Amino acid sequence: MLERLRTGIPGFDALAQGGLPASRPTLVAGGTGCGKTVFAAQFLAEGIRQGEPGVFVTFEEPPAQIRQNMRGFGWDIAAWEANDLWRFVDVSPIGPIEALRVVGDYDFHALIARIMHAIQSIGATRVALDSLAAVFSRLGDGGNVRRELFNVGHALREANVSALITAERLEAHNGKTPNGIEEFVVDNVIVLRHLQDHEKRRRTMEIVKFRGASHSKGQYPFTIRMNRGIEVIPLASGGLVHRSSENRISSGNDALDRMCGGGFFRDSVLLVSGPTGTGKTLTVSQFLAAGCRQGDRCLLMAFEESEEQFRRNAANWGLDLEGAENDGRLRIVCLYPEAQSLEDHLIRIREEIDGFEPDRLAMDSMSALERIATERGFREFCIGFTSFVKSKQLATLLTSTTSSLMGGGSVTEMHISTLTDLIMLLRYVEVAGEMKRSLTVLKMRGSSHDHAIREFSISERGMTVGEPLTANVGFLTQPCPVMLDEIGGVGHAD
Amino acid sequence: MTEQSESESVHLVLYIAGRTPRSIRAEQGLRTICTEKLSGDYRLDVIDVIEDPEAAERQKIFATPLLVRERPQPTQRLIGDKLGSESVIYDLDLESA
Repeated sequence: MLERLRTGIPGFDALAQGGLPASRPTLVAGGTGCGKTVFAAQFLAEGIRQGEPGVFVTFEEPPAQIRQNMRGFGWDIAAWEANDLWRFVDVSPIGPIEALRVVGDYDFHALIARIMHAIQSIGATRVALDSLAAVFSRLGDGGNVRRELFNVGHALREANVSALITAERLEAHNGKTPNGIEEFVVDNVIVLRHLQDHEKRRRTMEIVKFRGASHSKGQYPFTIRMNRGIEVIPLASGGLVHRSSENRISSGNDALDRMCGGGFFRDSVLLVSGPTGTGKTLTVSQFLAAGCRQGDRCLLMAFEESEEQFRRNAANWGLDLEGAENDGRLRIVCLYPEAQSLEDHLIRIREEIDGFEPDRLAMDSMSALERIATERGFREFCIGFTSFVKSKQLATLLTSTTSSLMGGGSVTEMHISTLTDLIMLLRYVEVAGEMKRSLTVLKMRGSSHDHAIREFSISERGMTVGEPLTANVGFLTQPCPVMLDEIGGVGHAD
Repeated sequence: MTEQSESESVHLVLYIAGRTPRSIRAEQGLRTICTEKLSGDYRLDVIDVIEDPEAAERQKIFATPLLVRERPQPTQRLIGDKLGSESVIYDLDLESA
């Protein structure tokens, strides 16, 4: 069994299925600004947190520059140096313009000697080299450099340290670095990308290969944040999570509970979809109120309304959320979707869930987040998010706004409908010249449910569910469904 | 190392990493060229960074043999062991020395 090194970089060890193959060099390749140097520094920083000293060999930036650049991530490198936890091997250019010419053959014995000396002097177990591109640009990329880099790699393996080496990558999607060599010198290759996708930028990390060790395949999003550094967001590996809970919880509305065969399942993910004004926020409010009444801890992530609006609406519907908030049973978090990237939102959501440990979660709305992302980014977010809440066995209510006032499908639904356990649709229905509200439970895993489309109303008593609408045509397929009996013919508003 | 005053117009420092065939060859070739071409007005220091690691840190050395022209200024550097031919003199702009 190959031994693994837990790097400590958030999310990465999950991606690496345990960590880096220990004592074998790893290449981290990426273009300018991809985060290679941060990755290399964080590799050492996380090691120090675990009591493992590290050596940072810098070919490009002077140590003073690196100390300054990494300060923003909360890493006090100077303090670590003073405590013999971090040692620099400074191989940066002597002056701004390095006048360096090559005449004949040379070797890197001096570099290896300096690195070994640094390793031994602090008992380092991790070494970062940043970057090979700088070596090639200063010495060219002939056979001499390649041979000597091989010798450095060999020496690091002999020294029984885990080495991380950064390299340039001009072509973001290509399989090879421009110099081609590094992928043979090292056993493990990671690629960082910073891609532009429809005016949005995305950072992704991919483990291209580990020699002799398993790892997750494909590109995974990651963020670089102040006071944190890099955090990788591992996605679910797809496939349905087997629902384990048979316990039911109330939606907050008795009629709705009956429509769902007795209530929602404890660990289900629920989607409520409909045009604006159809009652999604009410559905959320009554869901949270029901939870608070039975002693659940409830968390609301609100992307559409302010806390004030939310409380006011709830009060109008006869739901006491303020009392629950004061008791600490209910927590409302309001965020501007545009304030940060989707990956950062996901991290914030996870932090809130880990911190507050709710039994119920509501997200109002998923559509607000969809607005700030690319289609692929949003799909990945949905997958990562739903797998996370399912792993927590958390009853989760999501709302989605359909783009047309009269209904029809939404892009959110397209992505998330396969991931959810229950889908509830809210629609306006035209009945004899009047707009009525209707709802239906479209799908519910693991339970029989009412298949009817029912009329409902909203008042100071909240949601009142009524009788099934009959002889309805095209609730889903037509922009505005009509009641045939009432009108006496087919025809709808265009 | 030769003990001389600081008044030479040419000051060269050769950095090596241990006494290997390569480094010995480089040093010998360099001394020969200096004797032939530099009319005595030079100083040549040889520093083994394995014995003097501080020197390696100060000069940020990673590849050897490394020949540094300290004087005349500005500093120039050559990496490699082909130091026994006339081209070294040209490479270091020492024709007039």
